[in-house]
Amino acid sequence: MTKTHQEISTANQKEGADAAESLAHYTGAPVPPPARTDGPWLIVFWRSDIAKKWLMALSGLALIGFVIAHMIGNLKLFIGKADINEYAEWLRTLGHPVLPDQVVLWIMRVGLLAAVVVHISAAASLTITNRKARPVRYQSRRDYAAANFASRTMRWTGIIVLLFIIYHLLDLTWGVGNSSWRSGEVYDNIITSFQRWPVAIFYIIANMALAFHIFHGFSSMFASLGWSNPRLSVLRKNGAIGIAAIILIGNVSMPLLVVTGVYP
Amino acid sequence: MQVNLKIWRQSGPDSPGAFHNYEVPNASPDMSFLELMDVLNEDLQTKGEEPIAFDHDCREGICGSCAMMINGRAHGPETGTTTCQLHMRKFADGAHITVEPWRAGAFPVIRDLCVDRSAFDRIIESGGYITAPTGTAPDANLILVPKEVADSAMDAAACIGCGACVAACPNSAAQLFTAAKLSHLNLLPQGQPERYKRTVSMVNEMERWFGSCTNHGECSAACPKEISLDFIAMMNRDYVKAQFKQRRFASQT
Ligand code: HEM
Ligand code: FES
Repeated sequence: MTKTHQEISTANQKEGADAAESLAHYTGAPVPPPARTDGPWLIVFWRSDIAKKWLMALSGLALIGFVIAHMIGNLKLFIGKADINEYAEWLRTLGHPVLPDQVVLWIMRVGLLAAVVVHISAAASLTITNRKARPVRYQSRRDYAAANFASRTMRWTGIIVLLFIIYHLLDLTWGVGNSSWRSGEVYDNIITSFQRWPVAIFYIIANMALAFHIFHGFSSMFASLGWSNPRLSVLRKNGAIGIAAIILIGNVSMPLLVVTGVYP
Repeated sequence: MQVNLKIWRQSGPDSPGAFHNYEVPNASPDMSFLELMDVLNEDLQTKGEEPIAFDHDCREGICGSCAMMINGRAHGPETGTTTCQLHMRKFADGAHITVEPWRAGAFPVIRDLCVDRSAFDRIIESGGYITAPTGTAPDANLILVPKEVADSAMDAAACIGCGACVAACPNSAAQLFTAAKLSHLNLLPQGQPERYKRTVSMVNEMERWFGSCTNHGECSAACPKEISLDFIAMMNRDYVKAQFKQRRFASQT
């Protein structure tokens, strides 16, 4: 390699040089600094885009697992008041009698928070990298051949989901903005919350965004983790549609049926 | 046939560019897109105007020189086709065609439609080869390679380095190029001794210049050789594996 990052490129050339002169003195694209491979390996690992994407895929997989488990638990809403309240109590006492109450619950909460932090910081950092990689955008209209609505809106659906997570915790975990909220009364809290139509609409929109995010995320994850194999690609394509549809139907059904008065 | 062209003109690397409109009234449907550009350039020269600079060499789809964003698609609307192999019969009479150079920070425009793709050379320099002299071709079947593996190594080796993957990628990522260049060596026995070292250094070099993959699949859709995204998955796996591998114990696999 002959070029180093100190080398001057035409981008820094003297002012007033005309086109012919700058063409004659053209020395190449501005050379970015070399990859830094010093320091603790976890930091070196994090600096690589591919490794970041791998951590993003793993944290995304953990979050998908959570979303599915959470949905299955919440659907007990439709079985009855006693069932869902019992399930909530079970979560609080999970690990009993080996561990004190709420210990397992807190381990899961910390794990989820870590997954969200890793996922979002990787998303933010890679988005910046990608923006920088094309400083001059296309001046004519692009015609996409493969990218779909879901893949192109990952950042937006991700942000909607993040805002939703924050609101969801305020609403149902801490009871902010719902005067009839009472600790431990999970069934009543959900019903009184979803009976307010602006809240129900926000829940529905956010879960549609989540379904789109997971539709692309699920299939993207296979590539990021290097799982390519003809058998897996069947799972990859059908699994993305299936999981997104299940999450959409399951999560939207709750606010939709409550706000329209169909349930309870 | 008649076509209306809107082409990016830029006189030098630091000059601002702009689209200019041209009309070619006497195009033939049998012309390739580059021949259309030749006709236009001849016309411009007769009028005493600067011809439009564009890269081309083999004109048979194997060198990877030709590079144009045609109506928002790298190498135009046909799949699995380079610009030189794109024929005017694919366009309607009176079509409006917009032509723009590849856009990526690592591929600066030098003039008109020519971009500097030497960042690809930097990636190859960092490990896209086998260090040991491999000698003359060994006897057939001396080194056994499963047929499927030989076929996919050939598929990867079909990459002509045109840069359409970077141009088409919404993130300006060069994953498909780098993965192809890694896989055609990493799949074969001769590539094994340096497999992980090569993967790490080529990926590190790639990441200096280019964006990162979000698995849209635009690269593979634009690739004139239709190289599969599966090679990117292989690169991702090898890169992460390389971080954990005890390379002193790595044998031929
Ligand atoms: C909280 C806010 C979130 C933000 C800002 C966010 C953002 C992103 C972005 C930008 C990507 C990369 C897009 C791509 O590969 O094209 C992504 C991928 C992904 N997301 Fe999210 N996301 C969020 C939440 C979630 C949640 C809650 C889940 C799971 C239920 C999830 C699962 C995934 C998965 C599985 C991937 C694919 C990972 C990969 O292939 O690298 N994300 N996310
Ligand atoms: S000119 Fe060689 S590939 Fe088009």
